[in-house]
Amino acid sequence: MPRRTMIEAIRDAMDVSMARDERVIVFGEDVGFFGGVFRCTQGLQAKYGKSRCFDTPISESGIVGSAIGMAAYGLKPCVEVQFADYVYPAYDQIVSEAARLRYRSNGDFTCPIVVRMPTGGGIFGGQTHSQSPEALFTHVSGLKVVVPSNPHDAKGLLIAAIEDPDPVIFLEPKRLYNGPFDGHHDRPVTPWSKHELGEVADGHYTVPLGKAVIRRPGAAVTVFAYGTMVYVAQAAAEETGIDAEIIDLRTLLPLDLETIVASVNKTGRCVVVHEATLTSGFGAELSALVQEHCFYHLEAPVARVAGWDTPYPHAQEWDYFPGPARLGRALLETMEA
Amino acid sequence: MADAGMLRFHVPEPEVRPGGTPDFSDVTIPKAGSVPRAEIDVDPRTIRDMAFSIIRVLNRAGEAVGPWAGLLSDDELLEGLRHMMTLRSFDARMQMAQRQGKTSFYMQHLGEEAVSCAFRKALAPGDMNFPTYRQAGLLIADGYPMVTMMNQIYSNEADPLKGRQLPIMYSSKEHGFFSISGNLATQYIQAVGWAMASAISNDSKIAAAWIGDGSTAESDFHSALVFASTYKAPVVLNVVNNQWAISTFQGIARGGSGTFAARGLGFGIPSLRVDGNDYLAVHAVAKWAAERARKNLGPTLIEYVTYRVGAHSSSDDPSAYRPKAESDAWPLGDPIVRLKNHLIQRGVWSDERHTQAEAEILETVIAAQREAERHGTLHAGGKPSARDMFEGVYAEMPPHLRRQRQQAGV
Repeated sequence: MPRRTMIEAIRDAMDVSMARDERVIVFGEDVGFFGGVFRCTQGLQAKYGKSRCFDTPISESGIVGSAIGMAAYGLKPCVEVQFADYVYPAYDQIVSEAARLRYRSNGDFTCPIVVRMPTGGGIFGGQTHSQSPEALFTHVSGLKVVVPSNPHDAKGLLIAAIEDPDPVIFLEPKRLYNGPFDGHHDRPVTPWSKHELGEVADGHYTVPLGKAVIRRPGAAVTVFAYGTMVYVAQAAAEETGIDAEIIDLRTLLPLDLETIVASVNKTGRCVVVHEATLTSGFGAELSALVQEHCFYHLEAPVARVAGWDTPYPHAQEWDYFPGPARLGRALLETMEA
Repeated sequence: MADAGMLRFHVPEPEVRPGGTPDFSDVTIPKAGSVPRAEIDVDPRTIRDMAFSIIRVLNRAGEAVGPWAGLLSDDELLEGLRHMMTLRSFDARMQMAQRQGKTSFYMQHLGEEAVSCAFRKALAPGDMNFPTYRQAGLLIADGYPMVTMMNQIYSNEADPLKGRQLPIMYSSKEHGFFSISGNLATQYIQAVGWAMASAISNDSKIAAAWIGDGSTAESDFHSALVFASTYKAPVVLNVVNNQWAISTFQGIARGGSGTFAARGLGFGIPSLRVDGNDYLAVHAVAKWAAERARKNLGPTLIEYVTYRVGAHSSSDDPSAYRPKAESDAWPLGDPIVRLKNHLIQRGVWSDERHTQAEAEILETVIAAQREAERHGTLHAGGKPSARDMFEGVYAEMPPHLRRQRQQAGV
């Protein structure tokens, strides 16, 4: 099976979707002729023409707002916001419009759009190229929120998102675009070609939305992770020698509660890890759900390892980013609790 | 440079406040028939003046004059009059129903009936409006059943939106009326996107975007204009300047700094200004813009100069911020009276027939109201089920909503 980077997998997902369904339209800033600042749409305009893949003015509300209108017409726009940090001008369109269109019109109009955006830190991106705003979307009824962690999933989840009848926020951890990253910034990064999850089948396949996957089976403690943190968790388990069960959530909304509950009921302990800031982050929701559904199985408090409640700094990158050492400490504390 | 002294902060104020004498002397009203009509494929740069004048057809004597006259037959005009009278009657009944506690909220169109009613007749089947909450004339003029509108207002068991939406936030794809949102201006850019989609699909349908004077200050107004211009989208960009955004006079949205129509010029969009209380002028200009869009000539911006005669909503009291008689002083008059006088002048209408039509229309509206109330009102009778509250958030109900529905015991 061919190995691809996450960038290539994402591009392939759009390519496959555009070939299968002429209603699929791709646009955003620098997405057309240039092929995107991360190369995710390279070649699509040449292959499908300017009506199917095009550059837009620098206006996030314009990109998402026009996509909603297109979806109401009957197209399936898959649009890009260059960095998740720049989605806020489109927040009104996403929250007030895309998420509610089906509900408020009782299905008279629907909004099958995908909003792709590179997310996450670990790249010296500073305050506005590193944020993880997923909790701002998981709080919104009517949205689906997806965060892939590898090329295979990225392609399958993106095709599923494009085919989904509801609006999907598709967060792509840019730190993972070229290879997995476990937080050891002092070590050389391995490319996806060396990783089995870099294997991406040609043609059409989907990874279902709303389904988590166990990346590392374990008996001692459950770790809930998504995006880059999946690899951080694997490193932390290895380095501490703790038999952690690592769950890659993949879709945050709707959430795969069944897999979550089954795992915690088995291990009795749980650590949640995400890059996003702690307070009111998605970890709070996970932690509350575990408390509600697994209370009598819990042998230790649910721990949360997250970005600090500060804007994402530049020079202090590795003091901020929740790496394997910090997660490892939380695992040890949870085991001792 | 000499000492500039202290800076002073500028906040625009309307000419007159409550207790004062209404004054529209600063509003320049060109004579009916004085604005030339251009070919639809005109070079937009040569018609910039149209963004600063007002296209008018009906003169003081009720005659249709000038190059924008002559598009509508007697029957079409009589139908237009009926639509406007129906909307006004509908508004009055629903306003009263709100006062009687049969619904929580209502917004009237008083004085603005010509804008949406006449515009609708310039569209073709399949075209899509992206209205605000003050264009129900689009539905009336397209034959959308009044009973269904009332069912929505009453949030009753027959409400097509299952009680989920605030009254008057209608939705009808079938009637080319996009779902209304409470969030202002959002639909303006969506209309442009819909129009882009029609062009991408090599369709022949066009979109119409709607916004008020106050909401032009929202950022989506600007993104809509740039997208419409960039992609030459087949869209008519309507700005209804009724002088007021709740209590805020249009000067706060920086009207008077030019015109709202003139905003289009900076984006390279041909922009027209029209007498919003002149049914014939509204229709003629709308048709011009619709034809431009349909012939792939791109977007047009239209500013409708009108006046919000009624309160902003059933929750508003305009006497707190503007003179009570201000609407009487409005120089463009009342759209219904003006079309009525024109039809009388044409010899196809009379005061007697008008009075009779008023009574007939009121009867029709009352009959519709009676039928709607059989399905319930907000606090009495049939209502949507609580189960409906959980439906339609997604195409398929996800597990967490199923759990919540069970918790709610519905």
